[in-house]
Amino acid sequence: MSNIIVLVKQVPDTNARIVVSGDRVDLSAVKKVMSPYDEFAVETALQHREAVGGEVTAITVGDSGADKVLKDAKAIGVDHIVRIDCSESLDSNALQSILAATVSELGAHAVYCGKSAADTGAGSTGPGLAERLGWASVSNSINVSFGEQLTVVTPSSGGNARLSVPLPAVVSCDKGDMKVRKPNVKGIMQAKKAKVDVRSVDIPASSVTVVAHSMPPAKPAGKSYDGGAAAAEVARLLRDEANVI
Amino acid sequence: MTETVVIAETVKGTVHPSTAELITAAQSLGSQPVVVVPCTDASAAEIAAGFVGSARVVAAKSSVFEHYDAAGWASAIDAVAPAGILVASATPQSKDLAARIAARREISVVQDVTQIEGGNLTSPIYSGKAMQTVALSGDAVVTIRPNVFEAAPTGGNSEVSIVDTTGNMATAVQEFMARASSRLDVAEANIIVSGGRGMGSPDNFVHLEKIADTLGAAVGASRAAVDTWDEIPHSMQVGQTGKTVNPNLYIAVGISGAIQHLAGMRSSKYIVAINKDADAPIFQHADYGIVATWEEALPVLESTLSSMMN
Ligand SMILES: Cc1cc2nc3c(=O)[nH]c(=O)nc-3n(C[C@H](O)[C@H](O)[C@H](O)COP(=O)(O)OP(=O)(O)OC[C@H]3O[C@@H](n4cnc5c(N)ncnc54)[C@H](O)[C@@H]3O)c2cc1C
Ligand SMILES: Nc1ncnc2c1ncn2[C@@H]1O[C@H](COP(=O)(O)O)[C@@H](O)[C@H]1O
Repeated sequence: MSNIIVLVKQVPDTNARIVVSGDRVDLSAVKKVMSPYDEFAVETALQHREAVGGEVTAITVGDSGADKVLKDAKAIGVDHIVRIDCSESLDSNALQSILAATVSELGAHAVYCGKSAADTGAGSTGPGLAERLGWASVSNSINVSFGEQLTVVTPSSGGNARLSVPLPAVVSCDKGDMKVRKPNVKGIMQAKKAKVDVRSVDIPASSVTVVAHSMPPAKPAGKSYDGGAAAAEVARLLRDEANVI
Repeated sequence: MTETVVIAETVKGTVHPSTAELITAAQSLGSQPVVVVPCTDASAAEIAAGFVGSARVVAAKSSVFEHYDAAGWASAIDAVAPAGILVASATPQSKDLAARIAARREISVVQDVTQIEGGNLTSPIYSGKAMQTVALSGDAVVTIRPNVFEAAPTGGNSEVSIVDTTGNMATAVQEFMARASSRLDVAEANIIVSGGRGMGSPDNFVHLEKIADTLGAAVGASRAAVDTWDEIPHSMQVGQTGKTVNPNLYIAVGISGAIQHLAGMRSSKYIVAINKDADAPIFQHADYGIVATWEEALPVLESTLSSMMN
């Protein structure tokens, strides 16, 4: 019986327009969803459970609005849903120490998370959490198989590497050739009734503070050409103007 | 002044030239950096010693550095890297390593920095749809996007010390599976030629491959191409749910420029777009836009490039 944890985060829908008002992003009008890679983490956690038996707990750190992604995870098939109540934005150190304490308390054998969250794009949480727990980790997994230990395929220079990963471990998940399952009606009904286990913890201070948000610097308008023959001119400009070839 | 440490970017045992960009970034955060070179053979540190602007070079020598393992590398580097702000490259492997070293030191990590001003760090958030500027209080590990900062000049001669180190590997390699083609992966390439649904069929990617081979480039794809055609593997996908790339040159062919595709490539230094639809959003991000079908434009591009390269 394995105790498997999956980390899920609520982020703006990737189609959403991000606006900065004043010097902060304004997400009030933005639709929020589970971060895309976390869907692969949930799928991998469920496959792990199916292979060896056990239970899957989904954890998020966020405010009550984030309950929605936990319910989404429940609808797909996780057993338990936990929210660590926090409405502040945390630096990696603060976030990981909270997660490490909760994962230790739950006594997990494996933790799955997304390779990076769609808001931060960082990819820090998986490896950082593993280091704090003293566990093995693999980032950007494209395939996992389950047994006494995990076998994980991940990109490596010149191709892919197949790694033996002793448990406990943290694996951050890329898409690979995975198909994620969709919730069925029963799952959705169960998720509606499910209760989120809300936990409050002491939030450590962050040493990285946000000074400002801004829009990306506008790119100067490029040169534009009509017709395929212009490709010859563009090739010359790439050499003589841009110096990139 | 804040002490800074550069963790050299290494590829197959040699120091990657982008390490020179890390030296520039480190200097703008504090002192002249100590450059730590993870290596199995200390001669690898010679390239790092040639970059002007470092205080000294530490060849961190260990058999651990033969294959990448996050736990093993982080412990072996942590043991020899001085305290301060650590600077590494924002490549997938080094971002992983940076997060691990930061956690080991119980400090924070700031990934994908594209600008440093007055000690504040700016990086893209929401897949490049906005930027975030942060201030640090205390030490941190910082990763720097390749191809953004100017490279420190070469021709220097920094002092090199060789330090043996060791770490505990947590994972073991069962097997390396080399790519079938010798072409670079999009994550490793400085030039990428990508095709989208507009290529019409996977067979037409051969035209992109020809150009890629002329330029020593990688071939990438949009998600529509990957999802539509089995022959185009997900490993080629650039974007939100594919790879984030920062090449010097990105050539997008038959790609509309959806927000999720832009998420993966908009920070490329130069972008060329070839699309038959003048209103395709990709043109708003292109340095050089060609409104034409690929059938018209690619043969011209290919023959011009191959005569230029010879
Ligand atoms: C959660 C999520 C994640 C996503 N992740 C990604 C991702 O990682 N990467 C990604 O790319 N997309 C991603 N997408 C999909 C994205 O929204 C677009 O659907 C996709 O990028 C479109 O690919 P495309 O430009 O190749 O195809 P299309 O949008 O169909 O565009 C084809 C283009 O080709 C042009 N064209 C047609 N014929 C020719 C010709 N003969 N010569 C020249 N031009 C021609 C057309 O004018 C058109 O602009 C994601 C979507 C979602 C919802
Ligand atoms: N606040 C959070 N709550 C739960 N999981 C998180 C949170 N932040 C990050 N994660 C997990 O860590 C992954 C990587 O996030 P990041 O390190 O921010 O790129 C995400 O895809 C999630 O699986």
